[in-house]
This record gives sequence, structure tokens and C-alpha cells, in this order.
Amino acid sequence: MSGHVSPKSMYFTIFGALMFFTALTVGVAFVDLGHLNFPVALAIAITKATLVILFFMHVIHSSRLTKLIVATGFFFLLILFGLTMTDYLTRGIQPNGQKGSMITQH
Amino acid sequence: MTTPAYPELNYLNATHGIRSWLLTKDHKRIALLYLISVTVFFGLGGMFAGLIRLELTTPAGDLLAADTYNKMFTMHGIVMIFFFLIPSIPAILGNFLIPIMIGAKDLAFPRINLLSWYIYIIGGSFTLYAIVVGGVDTGWTFYTPYSTSASNTNVLPTGIGIFITGFSSILTGLNFIVTIHRMRAPGLTWFRLPLFVWAHYATSLIQILGTPVVAITVLMLAAERAFGIGIFNPALGGDPVLFQHLFWFYSHPAVYIMILPAMGVISELVACFSRKPIFGYSFVAFSSLAIAVFGFLVWAHHMFVAGISPYAAMVFSFLSFAVAIPSAVKTFNWAATMYKGAIWLASPMIFVFGFLGLFTIGGLTGLFLASLGTDIHIHDTYFVVAHFHYIMVGGAIMGYLAGIHFYWPKITGRMYPEAWAKFSALAVFVGFNLTFFPQFILGYMGMPRRYHTYPPEFQVLNVLSSAGATILAVGYSIPLIYLLWSLKYGKVAGNNPWGATGLEWKTQSPPLTENFTETPIVTEEPYDYARQGAHVG
Repeated sequence: MSGHVSPKSMYFTIFGALMFFTALTVGVAFVDLGHLNFPVALAIAITKATLVILFFMHVIHSSRLTKLIVATGFFFLLILFGLTMTDYLTRGIQPNGQKGSMITQH
Repeated sequence: MTTPAYPELNYLNATHGIRSWLLTKDHKRIALLYLISVTVFFGLGGMFAGLIRLELTTPAGDLLAADTYNKMFTMHGIVMIFFFLIPSIPAILGNFLIPIMIGAKDLAFPRINLLSWYIYIIGGSFTLYAIVVGGVDTGWTFYTPYSTSASNTNVLPTGIGIFITGFSSILTGLNFIVTIHRMRAPGLTWFRLPLFVWAHYATSLIQILGTPVVAITVLMLAAERAFGIGIFNPALGGDPVLFQHLFWFYSHPAVYIMILPAMGVISELVACFSRKPIFGYSFVAFSSLAIAVFGFLVWAHHMFVAGISPYAAMVFSFLSFAVAIPSAVKTFNWAATMYKGAIWLASPMIFVFGFLGLFTIGGLTGLFLASLGTDIHIHDTYFVVAHFHYIMVGGAIMGYLAGIHFYWPKITGRMYPEAWAKFSALAVFVGFNLTFFPQFILGYMGMPRRYHTYPPEFQVLNVLSSAGATILAVGYSIPLIYLLWSLKYGKVAGNNPWGATGLEWKTQSPPLTENFTETPIVTEEPYDYARQGAHVG
């Protein structure tokens, strides 16, 4: 158990940062960045989540075991996304390596 | 040998009144609350199974209409999986035993433990409500887009019930992990832990990592069904296969939530009734963790014919074969433990033998289904139904019954009639095989699952299966009678009726509310039966 006590100013600073990023999310939604629309929105969301986990959830001052548990959660998220993508990214590729429709007979 | 005295003061009589039970923070009493509620759900799920088997005794759909039949198998699956199999061993035996096995007074978060039971009851109430007002017909898998746009049954209340109950499972897992990390008695190192505890640690990892995914998936399903937000329905721009990916990411590991705790029970019992230390302790311990991790990598073997890419299918097929290895490690280690052991055929051990045979058949037939070509032939047939019942009923429920019989003297302080227990174990084994083995043949012959009618040439095997189900029902009902009987009339068990090792057998039966009068200090290796000898009493 971490004995670290964070000052109130830290919470306010992080809160301010989260509000800023929320405003940024809304602002960016009005600008068409083309292919970057999704990556930018996701990057902002990841930054906000990281701030919450590290500071509001005190992970930054926690034991290595707690950090390992948090990392494990993300590792499994990676498995979920990664293995799902083995399906989505290879749709339409036939077993002989050729690209094309999977449906060859009607 | 003198008859042991029943302890005057224990957790059962420490406080009195219904309030003392409903507001208890004692992990042992909470385990009993779970035991009662889980048994009620088991009876309900069994009733649905009975109606399914009754319908299938004749080829025509003459007992249940097609729609009603759809509801029966759906509610059978939902009740048995979410409200019986998943909580059964962890929430009952795990709750009762883990603190005692590690020399602690309680779980790390006793209030959260009680909260988990209330959440389970609230979730169960939603699902019961859905059943009472007409049921649900989507199959326990809730496949989209049928569940989100076509079904006119009670999908939402059922989904909400499952969503809520998931948190009960998460809280139990969280409690176990923290307890095992932080509350072990002095001297109880990781490699001195009973394998039951290792198995529950692995199970808890799956519960806290997997359950949130199915919770979110059910929530998205509800959002699409209630508000028309397009996530899974192609007509709304969604992807139905995405639902299957998300659903099985949890629901395949959920099989390991059911079977890993049973494996933990089997490890304890095999060592005890062979009077030998477990063979390859660390391999058995780490194979639990390997199953927990590998179990998350195989989900799309449920989807080989759902339109996933051939590349993904090959990846998941290979990984599915790989997950068989840690299960095989356990099975071979149990066999090696029994080799040249002084095997005592007490009733819990008969259940263990049942587990070993049935789980092995269930596991090996899983490899047929992991093979891409074979799976196309037997996908969605009774072969699949038989396969997963060999794992979940033959494996998990046999392990549960073995555990209940082994630990009943510790839980209640009394013995049950041994002859009846052996009869029950045999009835379950015979009834189970008669019910489900014909289904392998039916499936291979091409009988699809989830139909209430079938061609007449399938009738003989179906009648055999239904006849087996009646024997199975008898096998499951007898313990209910003699275990209740034993509460009043059973012989006093004493601290250690099986002569087993482990801290749980060093305290009185039933234990004190605090489990031990003073914190135990562990100096022995696990399963030290050579030193322990066959001391009983």
C-alpha cells in the first residue's frame, strides 16, 4: 500500500488537463483531418485515460505489483484487439495468398 | 477410536437470526448463502434441461412449440452458465476454503464479499423476471442481429441480469487475488500453497480480465436493441461478427472459469486419496496460469464457419490445439500421483475418477472441433453439445460434487452416508454417459443442435439420451437429500476425517468464525503425506 499523499493542487491540475483535452476533443470534431480524424481522437482519449490511471488512481506512486496488474489489463486488451485484427485485416485474402473475393462459387 | 465431539462454538451458531446471516461478513456464511442460491438456480436450469430432453424423446415437436423450445434451451444455458457453473466452485468452495487454506481470518474485503452475493441475487432476479414474463429465445450466446433487431422476447432484462451478475464474479475474483497476495500465514510461501488456491488465483485473473468485456458487449447489444445505435446489425452499419469476437473473448475463457476451480478440487483430492504428494506440483500450479492466459487466445474457434478469414481461422486453430497442453499436463500429473499410491476409494474419490474420465473425453473431442476441416462437418451439431457437456457437466459439476463431498465434513462438521454418496457418484457417471455419449454419434450423423424436431432415424439415440437424463437427475437429487439429512443425523466428523494435509484440516469442523484460535505458522511442504501418514480423526 502506497503511503504517498498527493497535494490537492495535483488533483486540480489533472482535472484542468482533462477538461482541456475534453474541449480539444470537441474542437477537433469540427475540423476534418481526413485519415487523421480517428487517430487524433483516439490519441486524446488515451492521454486522458493515462492521466486518470496514473494520478487519480495513484498508480504512479503504487508498488511494482500494482503497476504489473495494470499493465496486465492493457496486455489483455492488446490480445483482444490484436487477435481480432488477424480476422479483420486478412479478410478477402485466399489461402493461396491471392487477394480477391472469398466467394468463388454461387 | 473415540467419537469426536461436535464443537460447541462455531461459525454456524456464533450468532443467530436471519439478520445475522443476511448481514454477515463471515466468508463461510457467505459461501453458504451462495450454496443455497446456486442450488436453486441449478434446480431451475435442470428443469429446463428436463423439458428439452422430454421434447426430444419423439421426432415430432409434440410437447413444446418451436418458440417455446427455443426459450427452453436458451434459459437452460443462461441459468446454468451464468448462475450455476460460473459461481459454483469459486463462490461456494473458494469462498469457504481460501481464507482457511492460507491461514487467514477472512477474505481481504469481507463487505465486498457480501456485496458480491447481493449483486448476484439482483442480477439473478432480473433474469428470473425475464423468465417469468415470457423468457428469451436467442440462445445463451445472444447472437446479433437476431438478438438486437428480430427477437421479440425479453432480451433486455436478461442482458441486464447478466451484466449485473458479472460484477459479482469480478468482485469475487478481485477479493481472491488480494487475499492470496496479502493474507497468507507466516511460512506459507507461494510454492507451499494448496493447488486449489493456485487454481482459484488463475480463475480470478480470468474473472477480472474477461468479465468486463462481456459486460460491455451486453451493454452495446442493449444500446443497439433499445436505441437503434448501429454496432452489430449490418442494416445499421454494424458488424455481427464483431459481436461474436467480443462475446467469445469472454465466453471461451468462461469455460476455464468453470473448469479451473474443479481442477483445483481434483488436485487436492487426488493427493489425499492416493496418500502421496502431488506429482509435479509446480507444473500443476503453472499449468493453471497457462490455461488462464492461453484460454484468452482461442476464442474464434467458435467462429470458424461465421465468415472469419482463413488466416485468422488457422491462427485460432493452432492456438486451440496449444491450450490442450496445460490441461494434459494436469491430467498426466494426476495419473502419476495415483501411480503406486495407496488409493482409498472414498466417495469423493469416486467423483474424481468420474471427472478424470469425462473431462478427458471432453477435452479430446475439443481437438476435433479445433481442426478446421472437421469443424465444418460437426459445427452446430449435437457433437458440440456433447463435447461441452463433457467439459462443463462431466468435468466442472463432477469436480463440484467431489469438492462438496470432500469438504462437507469441514463445512458442517458432520459426515453423510458413504454408501449413498458412492451410489450417487455411480448414478451420475452412468446417467451422464448415457445422456451425452449418444449425442456425439447424433452430431456426427448430422443432427443439428437447437431444433425441436428431427428425422425418425435419430429417435433411438435420442431416447437413450433422455433415459440417461432421468438417471442423471436421480444422481443429482440423492445428494440433496442425504446432505440435508446429515445436518441433523450425520455422524460427527472431527477435524480431519480424511486424514488430509493442509491448514483447513487443522482447525475444528465446523470452524470458528475466526477460523483459527491463533495464526498458524506453516513449516511443512504441501501434500506431505509421507510425514502425515494416514492419520484420520
